[in-house]
Formats: sequence, C-alpha cells, structure tokens
Amino acid sequence: MAEHDDLAQLIACPHCDALYHVRLPEEGERAVCGRCHSVLIRPRKRAGMRIIMIAAAVAVLVVGAVWFPFLRISRAGFSNDATLLGTALSFGTGPLALLSVAVTLMIVLLPLTRALLLIYVLGPIVFDRAPRVLARPAFRLSEALRPWSMGEIFALGCAVALVKVADLAQLSFGPAFWMFSALVVLTVVQDRTLDRWSVWQALEPQPLPPQDHAAAIADPASRAGTPA
Amino acid sequence: MSAPRSAREAGLVACTRCSRVWPMGTERCGRCGSHLVSRDSRSLSRVWAWWLAGLMCYIPANMYPMLVTSTLMSSQSNTIVGGAIELVEHGAPVPGLIVLVASVCIPIGKFIAIAWLALSVRRGSRAQPRRRQHVYEIVEYIGRWSMIDVFVVAILTALVQLNVVASIHPGPAALAFALSVIFTMLSAQAFDSRMIWDRIDEARA
Repeated sequence: MAEHDDLAQLIACPHCDALYHVRLPEEGERAVCGRCHSVLIRPRKRAGMRIIMIAAAVAVLVVGAVWFPFLRISRAGFSNDATLLGTALSFGTGPLALLSVAVTLMIVLLPLTRALLLIYVLGPIVFDRAPRVLARPAFRLSEALRPWSMGEIFALGCAVALVKVADLAQLSFGPAFWMFSALVVLTVVQDRTLDRWSVWQALEPQPLPPQDHAAAIADPASRAGTPA
Repeated sequence: MSAPRSAREAGLVACTRCSRVWPMGTERCGRCGSHLVSRDSRSLSRVWAWWLAGLMCYIPANMYPMLVTSTLMSSQSNTIVGGAIELVEHGAPVPGLIVLVASVCIPIGKFIAIAWLALSVRRGSRAQPRRRQHVYEIVEYIGRWSMIDVFVVAILTALVQLNVVASIHPGPAALAFALSVIFTMLSAQAFDSRMIWDRIDEARA
C-alpha cells in the first residue's frame, strides 16, 4: 500500500486535471488551482458541526413550509390559499403532471433529501466515530443532487409572481413563505461552508498518517501546493 | 511558479468527484466509488445529444402559450416573451427583465456557449483555456436559473384560482421549456472540462 499512501498526498483539480501535492491552507484560507483558479480546498473551523445544524434546520423548515399556508390572495369576495405542495402540484393532470413531479422534487424533496444525507454522512465524523457504511455513496448522491435542488431559484420566482399578481388581487403571506425564505438563506450558507475535499478526506478508508497531517497543517500556504 | 503537470501526464487518473488520484487504468475511485476515466471520449457525443434535445424543446417552448389568464371579461394566453413584455408594459420593468434574461438570454447564450466549447475542444482553439474554463463555469452556474419561469407559472397557477373573477392555467410551453432547461443542464454536465486544457499539455509534451 506504500504507493497508494503516496497518491493520497496528491490532489488533481477536477476541472483541469492539474496535479498538486496537498498542502492544507490555514483556517479561513483557500487552496486554489494555479491553472484554472478553481477552489480545491477550503477548510472552515467546526464546519462539520455547523453544516449539521444547518441541515437539521433545513429539514425542519422544509416540513414546516409544506405544512403551513404559503400565500393567500383575495379579490371581490373570492379568496384562495396556496400551499407550497399545492404550488408544486399545480400543473394538474395530463402531460403537465410531469412538471408537477419535477417541481415537487426540485423545491421540496431534493432539499430535504440533501439535508438528511448530510446529517447521515457528517454526524459520525463530527463526533469522531467511524463513518457509516453507506456514508460514501450517500455523500456522492448528495453532491450529484446539488444542481437539481432549486430552492433559491423558486424564491426569486416567488418575487416575480408576486409582482405579476399585485395588480390582479390582494396578497398576503403565510408562515410558510417566511420559512421558505429562511430556508433559502440557510442553503446558500451551507453550500459556502461545505468543503468537499475535507469531507472526502474524512471518509478515506485509510486516513493520512497523523504526523504528515500535522506537518501539512503547519505549513502556511494559500495555494493548493507545489506542482507535482 | 512553473506550470503544473496534469494527472494524465503523470500516468495517473483523477477522480472528478473527490479529486483523489489513482494509477492509470484504475476502474473505480477507492475513496468515493465514482467511475474513473482519464478523459471521457464519449463526453462530446453526450454533450451534443442533450444539446440537440434541449434545442428541440426550446422551439415549441417559445411558440406555444406559457400562461392562460382568464378574467371576467376575457381570456388571454401569453408566450414566454409576451408575458415578459407585458410585465414591462405594466410598469414592472425589473421582474420583466428578470424573466426575459432568464428565459431568453440565458438559454440562447447557453446553446451558443456549449456549442462553442464542444467545437473548440475538437478543432483546437486559439482562445485562452482559462477564458474557456470561465465560460464553462458560468454556463454551469447560471443554467439552473432559467427554471425560474416554470416556477412563476407554478406559483401563479396555484395562487390565482378565484373562480370566475380571475384564474390562471399553465400552457404546454411550460413543459417544453422545463425539459429544455433540464436537457441543457445535462449537456453542460456531460462536458469534460479537462479537455479544454489538453491542448497546452500536448503542446508542451
């Protein structure tokens, strides 16, 4: 396994394939690929705990946002409540029902799934236990789902829709609307805090030898490291 | 700092999911379990297949109505562009512009950008790899935002159901447009951006 241990000290930029020796940046700094400027490593203090807290909050908020009324309009004695799930399912029957499935996934199910997966993956790591059996496929799935989880886009869509409706009828916001807004902010913070490389490093079947790791942390460098 | 070597030149294959490297020929990443390929040779055909599917959906998305609004007196259907123009005329230029940018400028720009990237990889290009990488990152980041118009339709449909006073229903263009966005996202994801950098690697070798 000597050869594999050496390879564990290398990192390849996933965007341009440039090869580097791993040299951990200091807390709050970033290791950037010298060729294409992608961020490779971005360690944050107690990031794991923070992400778990956020993920738990996201899960609660998603369930809450589905449960409570979202928006309400009224005009000329008629009024109508819309829930989040009702919005997602509003395309009704026929071929447009496909859209209902897609929208439900994008704004309700995928954000919830990602939050639960992150708790499952990071929970044991934060408490210094061995990773769970399915932690690696779970994190891979969570990463693959990331572009399809579209809460923040839906939020901007709300803003546009509200302007469209404003001159048609009276509007009022339900609790779910505010929950969903909080959810969007939390998701953005979470994605900024999550350092993929650190998570994969923690999920490594055979972690780096401790003395090398210490040396790596002591080395102050904002770049990813020296070209290999 | 001298230019870095690529993993392929070092006889290694890199995992694009977790950035671990393995000896060339390794099938699966031992850390994250992803399938490993040094350069995905079929990447370009998948890019073009999704690209074409996306383009084919984008045409009906602009021809059919996106929204059908019925009020007491009249019924009116709007296409994507029509709806945005109406917003601007109603004195809401900012949301109108958001919709116009998200559903017209971004999709068309994306079709052009992906085609340019795919062609430049095959033919070789004088454009700076760094600039092309930049274009690719913008395409990947911004593509999802086109979905906003579909969400607007969903919200309006769920909300505006006031019996005879006013009601809004989705049109067939909503489905076509959503498919177009999904297909172009898949097209961008299928592109192996490491190929952008191969030309300079080969030139130096």
